Amino acid sequence: MNDAQPQPGSRLPAFINVRALERRWRRLSVTDLVVWGIGVVLLLFVFWRIVLTFGQGAYTLESFIKNVIFGLAQGSIYALIALGYTLVYGILFMINFAHGEVFMSGTYIGFFVIAAMEESGFLAEQTLLALLIVFAVGMLSSMAVAVTLERIAYRPLRKAPRLVPLITAIGASIFLQQAFRGLFGSSTKVYPHVHLYALPQLFPQLEDGKGMDLISGKYDVQFALLGNDVNLVVQPFIFVIFIVALLMMAGLYWYVQRTKAGKAMRAVAEDKDTAALMGINVDRVIVNTFAVGAALAGAAGVLFALYTYQVTHTMGFIPGLKAFTAAVLGGIGNIPGAMFGGFALGFTESVAPGLLSIPHQLKDVVAFSMLVLILIFRPTGIFGEVLSEKKA
Amino acid sequence: MALLEAKDIHTYYGKIHALKGISITVEEGEIVTLIGANGAGKSTTLNTICGITPAAEGQITLGGKDITRTRPHEIVALGVGQAPEGRKIFTRLTVTENLEMGAYARSDEDGIKRDMEYVFTLFPRLKERERQLGGTLSGGEQQMLAISRALMAHPRILLLDEPSMGLAPLLVQDIFHTIEELNQAGTTILLVEQNARMALGVADRGYVLQTGAVVLADRAEALRQNEMVQKAYLGGAH
Ligand SMILES: Nc1ncnc2c1ncn2[C@@H]1O[C@H](COP(=O)(O)OP(=O)(O)OP(=O)(O)O)[C@@H](O)[C@H]1O
Ligand SMILES: [Mg+2]
Repeated sequence: MNDAQPQPGSRLPAFINVRALERRWRRLSVTDLVVWGIGVVLLLFVFWRIVLTFGQGAYTLESFIKNVIFGLAQGSIYALIALGYTLVYGILFMINFAHGEVFMSGTYIGFFVIAAMEESGFLAEQTLLALLIVFAVGMLSSMAVAVTLERIAYRPLRKAPRLVPLITAIGASIFLQQAFRGLFGSSTKVYPHVHLYALPQLFPQLEDGKGMDLISGKYDVQFALLGNDVNLVVQPFIFVIFIVALLMMAGLYWYVQRTKAGKAMRAVAEDKDTAALMGINVDRVIVNTFAVGAALAGAAGVLFALYTYQVTHTMGFIPGLKAFTAAVLGGIGNIPGAMFGGFALGFTESVAPGLLSIPHQLKDVVAFSMLVLILIFRPTGIFGEVLSEKKA
Repeated sequence: MALLEAKDIHTYYGKIHALKGISITVEEGEIVTLIGANGAGKSTTLNTICGITPAAEGQITLGGKDITRTRPHEIVALGVGQAPEGRKIFTRLTVTENLEMGAYARSDEDGIKRDMEYVFTLFPRLKERERQLGGTLSGGEQQMLAISRALMAHPRILLLDEPSMGLAPLLVQDIFHTIEELNQAGTTILLVEQNARMALGVADRGYVLQTGAVVLADRAEALRQNEMVQKAYLGGAH
């Protein structure tokens, strides 16, 4: 057994897998070379653009801070959605391509509730309570959609080859989009502008003494940093999004690590038959997993709509794809990986266009190039482990 | 009435006819062993009892109650615990979490706590490794954990699938010792073994399986004396 020999460099950090690199080196094919070539060219391009940008002095500290703050919001949303992909993948080894539509469904149904509450004046009177209701409705609606999907579309296919549920998921995604279009039309629905005032003592100068508007407020902030004058328009809601996302992730962590249901989820992810031998109802755990992922997506959807004000039947597509990218980036199936991937993607998308002096519209190109780079240099994602024979 | 009774069960993996009409019974308080060559259908028999590979034909009863079509997690709740072949420890769960999963179907917190202390007295090594991940245990420790985990369900009958597999001879002795100890404490055991000598040493009765069918069924001493068993499973001269 030559496997048992001590490996040189085995003390390197785990993510530099010397043996795997060696193995790849020995089996290097022309395709590998081309792919690596593309990767290296991309990296050189990025490097060159950054040098160029700084050479021209075109990148200011102000725009950097602005982009980082925006990346925080974007990253939070991506991370919350990415967790849904990763949770389901961790248990079923299946990409739930309809997850973007699960996100959309909750947001959409939340819209009807918030619109009705605006109509009745309840939103203005009891803003915080109304918002909590919208979140609850959004999350529950997403959960209902995801659980239904699991029951009728995915469960019957659990023993089928893995390509089959994947195609079904794409079908489900299209079905949901078209169902919402059919039911509610293709026009854009506009989420109300919500004003939630807080801390009047701390910010008496804002909003005629009502305090800071946490949802729709935009405030000019000026300060000096490293000898630069920085002028920013700050939206408190970005930080609200970030904090809500962090709280939900902490909740998820607690659920998965500490509760009986969470431990059962990890047991089922590892081995379904053995989990059943423990008395765990595997179907129920799978339903839970879909539900938890959907709750996070529903909450992300309401946050997203309160920020962008817009709801359409296609709104889940791009964020879904981005969040999927984020999940792969972090190592699909890995929970901290999805969180990290979400924020990494959010920041990169926000910061990179300016840094590379390319138009901001190209941020999607940046996101997907990042995916390509990761898949070339670390196919398992940043936190991913090499799949065992059984899972692969 | 037998505690566990399987009557003429047939089980298929797709087109493979793995069990061709197996009948076994286990009485309350007994150790019964299933021996047989690789691929004889021993594991399949246990998994059919547990509902993982449900029987296509035949009937299985537990304490007189039909469990042939009952779902696996419900069978556990009714009192069947299995330590499966290859241990199947949850590698990313800690030792304690693995044991908690064993008790998943229960809600009597006090009883669970008591049983956890009991398995720790049975296997003090596990107590020392409480917080360690299952995947970091040695093979022997994993086997101890697998047996303990099955015991955490507080089963009426404990199914053990090759508990001696891959263990050093001394540890095999230990494990068999524990099996006897458990039985003396009142646990009914259905034991699958390749190590026929050891198995027939502790068992009251045994069944010999061959290509999905029972070819011999007798008291353990009688099987030990049986010429065919001696030749095929006890290595002839010894
Ligand atoms: N998952 C499966 N798919 C297809 N055939 C299987 C499967 N599991 C077992 N079999 C077949 O069923 C038969 C019985 O297998 P089983 O695992 O029950 O044997 P066993 O007596 O436990 O053997 P061993 O001593 O090697 O564990 C064998 O012919 C085996 O090839
Ligand atoms: Mg076997």
